[in-house]
Amino acid sequence: MSDNQLTELIERYLNDDMSHDERIQFELLRKNDAAVNSKLMEHKQFIGVLKQYGERLELQKRLDAIHEEIDVHALKEEVMVHPTWIVQLWRQHHSKISVAASIAIFAILSTLFFTGKLNNHESNFVQLRQEVGKLRNSTETLNRRTNNLINDINAKPKAVNQGNYRGTGFALSSNGYIATNYHVVTGADSVYVQNASGESFHAKVIYTEPQYDIAILQINDPAFKNLGPVPYNFKKGGSDLGENVYTFGYPGGEEVFGPGSLTSATGYHGDTLAYQISIPVDYGNSGGPLLDDKGNVIGVIRGLQTQVAGAAFAVKSAYLLKAIQNIPSDSLSKSLTLNNKNALAGLSRPQQLKKLKNYVFMVKVYNQ
Amino acid sequence: MNKELKASAPTDSEIVLGILNNSDIALKKLYTTYFPMILQLIINNNGDEDDAKDIYQEAIIVLYNKVQTGEFELSSKLKTYIYSICRRLWLKRLSHMNRYGGDIRDFEEYLPVEEEDVEKHNDRDIQFDKMENALQLLGEPCKTIMEDFYIHNRSMQDICERFGYTNADNAKTQKYKCLQRLKKLFFQQK
Repeated sequence: MSDNQLTELIERYLNDDMSHDERIQFELLRKNDAAVNSKLMEHKQFIGVLKQYGERLELQKRLDAIHEEIDVHALKEEVMVHPTWIVQLWRQHHSKISVAASIAIFAILSTLFFTGKLNNHESNFVQLRQEVGKLRNSTETLNRRTNNLINDINAKPKAVNQGNYRGTGFALSSNGYIATNYHVVTGADSVYVQNASGESFHAKVIYTEPQYDIAILQINDPAFKNLGPVPYNFKKGGSDLGENVYTFGYPGGEEVFGPGSLTSATGYHGDTLAYQISIPVDYGNSGGPLLDDKGNVIGVIRGLQTQVAGAAFAVKSAYLLKAIQNIPSDSLSKSLTLNNKNALAGLSRPQQLKKLKNYVFMVKVYNQ
Repeated sequence: MNKELKASAPTDSEIVLGILNNSDIALKKLYTTYFPMILQLIINNNGDEDDAKDIYQEAIIVLYNKVQTGEFELSSKLKTYIYSICRRLWLKRLSHMNRYGGDIRDFEEYLPVEEEDVEKHNDRDIQFDKMENALQLLGEPCKTIMEDFYIHNRSMQDICERFGYTNADNAKTQKYKCLQRLKKLFFQQK
């Protein structure tokens, strides 16, 4: 029997197209000959796939016909979730936006880089960290951090009678005791004080209190005469926020009045030794008196914070008084009696200043 | 976000019965009822209306075959079933095209496991692709003879007349040769 004939038999068998006898005969053949049987199964399956394929095409055709009738475009509009205009803008133009943003960022960065801003900022930041760490421990680093209000005129030759550093000081008593900042006189070989009329007197540092940044000087110049009673007194207690305060000193070598107000009961980074005040101060103001409206000395000007507008600091008068108390008695050749009569209260500001200026000195410091 | 898609939905059992009876009306109802839902799913997830058509028709075919082979049990809503199948198919296609961002925006609830149905459908599709290729390679007149005889169930007599064979035996021989070649072409494909 040829393959051809066998295939025909198989087809007839599968299509139920055989007579009863033929069928029995074929089933017998199928049973005895495995090759015939497997051929039958294979054929059956193959034709099955072919038929299903036909059915699939048919179904697809029907579905396509149905699909044709649907107005997909209108439906699409209906079911589309419309994003907000900004999202649409982004979707349509995101590549352009990204490029523009990259260029902008690059331009900013390169500008910063070439102007040196980037580097400066970085190094400042590092420095700040280091300093903050040290600051909590020692006054000396604090002095460095808060800009010392000392006028550095290193450039001038030593012989010129200007002093290497300048600050301000003010009289504690009529007999020539003067208070200033420790950082003004630190490292001094000799100290002179100069009054408002331009007369200089030699002075000696008799006591320092580095932790309060206070130094006490004594004028020991033969030319010095008694100042007369000091017009202000020293406040023992604290002062309140918002009080009008002012200072008087020698920034840049000229006498300058600085009005302002008390802005915080603590100084730089919560330093309880000091007040924060909003007063225009400059290099050379260090050691100047901080007075309130009534003419009480409430502190000693000490420094300012860079990059913050209106943040200057003054040592509280209570610490000044403490420092005075701490002076060993054998350092005092004359008695240091603080005035407790206030001659400034009730005077107008210009009159206060007129009186005050005789008791505020420029402190000139010389060293090698 | 999810717009209510208005359509008078036929009941699920109506549709299943309709498919079993090969009813054109039921098929049309089924198709038109749930197409907007799938269109919404696809076009809001990186696809277009042609993708929606492809995916939806595939899902309908999966359902259709499952119903016709009697395997379909109406355990969930038909709507949910179709949505789940389409979601599955679309995720697969998205990842195939590398367009899948790891997130799909859903509009309906869905069933997690339709894997089996989808796999079965895929296997069948592969067979059909092979068959289509084989038929293309077979060329005329064999292709038409095969289609007429096996798919459209035309008689040998019809085929004889159509192709102008002088007698049925010639036609039979021709058909046999064609079948042999078709089988060969089909099984040759990987």
